[in-house]
Amino acid sequence: MERKLKLPITREMARDIKSGESCLLSGVIYTARDAAHKRLVELLEKGEKLPFDIENATIYYVGPTPAKPGQVIGSAGPTTSYRMDAYSPALIAAGETGMIGKGKRGAEVVEAMKKHGAVYFAAIGGAGALLSSCIKSAEIVCYEDLGAEAVRRLVVEELPVVAVIDSEGNNLYENGRRAYLEGAEK
Amino acid sequence: MREIDSRLITDAVAALAVEANCILPADIKSRIEKARAAESWPTAQGILDKIIENYGIAEWNSVPICQDTGVCCVFLKIGQDVHIVGDLRAAVDEGVRLGYGEGYLRKSVVADPLRRKNTGDNTPAMLYTEIVPGDKIEITVAPKGFGSENMSQLKMLKPSDGIEGVKAFVLKTVEEAGPNPCPPIVVGVGIGGTFDKAAYLAKKALMRSTEERNSELFYAELEAELLEKINSLGIGPQGFGGKTTALAVNIETMPTHIAGLPVAVNINCHVTRHKSAVL
Repeated sequence: MERKLKLPITREMARDIKSGESCLLSGVIYTARDAAHKRLVELLEKGEKLPFDIENATIYYVGPTPAKPGQVIGSAGPTTSYRMDAYSPALIAAGETGMIGKGKRGAEVVEAMKKHGAVYFAAIGGAGALLSSCIKSAEIVCYEDLGAEAVRRLVVEELPVVAVIDSEGNNLYENGRRAYLEGAEK
Repeated sequence: MREIDSRLITDAVAALAVEANCILPADIKSRIEKARAAESWPTAQGILDKIIENYGIAEWNSVPICQDTGVCCVFLKIGQDVHIVGDLRAAVDEGVRLGYGEGYLRKSVVADPLRRKNTGDNTPAMLYTEIVPGDKIEITVAPKGFGSENMSQLKMLKPSDGIEGVKAFVLKTVEEAGPNPCPPIVVGVGIGGTFDKAAYLAKKALMRSTEERNSELFYAELEAELLEKINSLGIGPQGFGGKTTALAVNIETMPTHIAGLPVAVNINCHVTRHKSAVL
């Protein structure tokens, strides 16, 4: 059963989402990957304002392919999240409540999620064509010079994701695998 | 001596790059569909269904299967009786520029590894050339995504580590990669040669159809054993648990030094893309 979530995710909502839950996200999300994260955190360190409202924001780690004529966006699946680990704690402290990517996260990210209330979702890596059909609009917010890595504001409708790590630190990568292996032994 | 105009190479590289990015090879599709049928874990079944739906959409709409349309690896087997008219390197890069531009593929190459400015057209290609008998050129274009490339490893084992050492290193590499390379994965293993040749063999192993086993029974059995062991780890599709962690293990080998046992493991996600043509 999938849980439908309307964005933005508040701190309170983030604390209510549990590891292992399949969710369908609808609303506004922002895209950012390696280079954009670096710039965003540099702004935070200088005490400057971010180019979009980070309060209760969900960031999708994606660098889409260019849109063909008539398309809203090209293929748009998640990139590997651990490369954002150096930057995520600062963004979570600044207000970020949701992250969408794929793969493991570092302990420092999980600590920040527990402290402030945030959730880490995974989208299906390699399913870029399927995921792009859930994106209803896309516009560049900043860092256009980064090409695929520019920050985009997306409106998504029922984007399928799975809550991997919740605000208590429960982790589906560990628990799902353990449950499968225990089931397989029986 | 046969003359081949380098412009033909440009056209072939451009067309192959687009096709490879939008159409998953038949052997990989067949492996995924068989894995789905054999998968007992519900979460894993659901993920595999979505993966199958995704490559269907990509092929139907001619859009990339994955947004990471990769660094463009181009393998050329050049017949020794061929004379290429024009600049080969420039012709291949022009093919990449055209394919990635006109095919709406993502430009994912930076000009310098530390200063990191995007080249804007996905050039240069990672070009591999081999001189072979004959008067033809075989071109294979293999866009390689970096989520899986980043999870690859190489180790200079000792001869005394033997086959058990090789198995342990392959399993350790897959275990450490966990969910990061978007399992189910294809595992390319290169054994022997030198430090660099082992890595090359591992990449070359990923170009081989997963329906084809190593021609030596000894290594074909090792491929089967490693696949079974990897699929007993329980990582599963996307790392959420399940049977299907790898679709295939392909091993390539070559002679090596009396003092060495180089082993390289090149990981690919399920989007193991390669497309070939002969000029």
